[in-house]
Amino acid sequence: MPQSLDYLKETASQTAGPYVHIGLIPKQAGFDIFENNFTNQLVGPKTRGEKIRIEGKVYDGTGTPLRDVLVEVWQANSEGRYNHPADTQAKKLDPDFRGWGRAGSDFKTGTYEFHTIKPGPVPGRGGKTMAPHVSFWIVARGINIGLQTRMYFSDEEEANAKDPVLNLIEQEKRRQTLIARREEKGGEVVYHFDIHIQGEQETVFLDV
Amino acid sequence: MDRQSEASLRGVTPTLLSNAPNEWKGELFHRDRSIHPPGYTPGYKTSVTRSPTKALLSLQNSLSEVTGPIFNHNELGPLDNDLIRNYAKTGDPIGQRIIVHGRVLDESGRGVPNTLLEFWQANAGGRYRHKNDTYTAPIDPNFGGCGRTLTDENGFYHFRTIKPGPYPWRNYANDWRPAHIHFSLFGASFGQRLITQMYFEGDPLIATCPIVATIPDKDAIDRLIAAYDARATVPIDTRAYKFDFVLRGRRSTLFENKLEGN
Repeated sequence: MPQSLDYLKETASQTAGPYVHIGLIPKQAGFDIFENNFTNQLVGPKTRGEKIRIEGKVYDGTGTPLRDVLVEVWQANSEGRYNHPADTQAKKLDPDFRGWGRAGSDFKTGTYEFHTIKPGPVPGRGGKTMAPHVSFWIVARGINIGLQTRMYFSDEEEANAKDPVLNLIEQEKRRQTLIARREEKGGEVVYHFDIHIQGEQETVFLDV
Repeated sequence: MDRQSEASLRGVTPTLLSNAPNEWKGELFHRDRSIHPPGYTPGYKTSVTRSPTKALLSLQNSLSEVTGPIFNHNELGPLDNDLIRNYAKTGDPIGQRIIVHGRVLDESGRGVPNTLLEFWQANAGGRYRHKNDTYTAPIDPNFGGCGRTLTDENGFYHFRTIKPGPYPWRNYANDWRPAHIHFSLFGASFGQRLITQMYFEGDPLIATCPIVATIPDKDAIDRLIAAYDARATVPIDTRAYKFDFVLRGRRSTLFENKLEGN
């Protein structure tokens, strides 16, 4: 027998269940307990960059929106720098932008939304540049392990065409499942991003 | 803007950035999916229409996965880790007083410092304080059922609560969840994000629970069961359970393996 490597095993995932709101967004569960709450509002008045709203639904295999889903997003700032020590780029940090938020979908309609800014491009592997994108993490009753995916922007066609992750998706038409549709209404910029867990339009999920 | 809506915006303090330990920077070990439940587990019926049918796209890490939100002590309140007191209105909640304590480690056995743990649970009767929970057991007016804490510099954490009760749920006609506490963990990167449930040593419902049974590996299930820890009790006051978490590990830079260079 060789020496043991002594690595530990990761703790197994379990579903977030139907009452995930209690722990992560208690106001939506129906009560007020913490002084500080984590929300779907990623921007303040001083945050730099183009203010946008991301909106969508998460659909199950029957085409029904999940009304009890919890979505988290993580993204770089408007210049393309993450607010984290592993990102050592020379680009400026924004003191008014952490780049993270969470939202529960509406209990009646299943719509989720985030108020944020459009991120800048960030470096990928091998000297390539990744198109602007937002990382998503999706949990709910019936989802055994958090689903990870990315949202890209429809008005970044040129950058998307060169994006190393989108290009890893073999079937070109499936790349479209990661691209949010831009719409401007009443001065507000909205990106529509629906996620399909199953079906014809099944979203590409990532094993990161 | 009130303080509450600011909470999601706050950035990392400069001190934290300059003193960041190296283990916050490396690529993550690839996730070993054999110890996790697959998406599709027909014994847990809701998963049938909520599981992807196509293969996941495996990625080598980029900055987007090795970075993630970092939280500060000043974002949490002094009672956030005390579920016995953080919603008490007219007195203490009803039920068995327990401490849950342990450590958040990575796969290399290193403590994960300053990472956020959030937890939620039913009350002693098995009822959740949630709009959508209609179980007949009563709400406890003095129990909210959620809390949060940050690990210390060595990855240790603790909180105080009431032992949750089991409750029935609609799956098969007579399914009961074993007593459990839900946990959400961040690690130091979005790729380590994990949600799980902790069970209690000796609970006969663990063996028959369809949600527990989604995990294909017996040892992985055992690792979700907290041990009764007599030495950590507060005598004549509160019993204790010990529970450690393991998040994905990170590669060391033995040779040059910068993300940009591969």
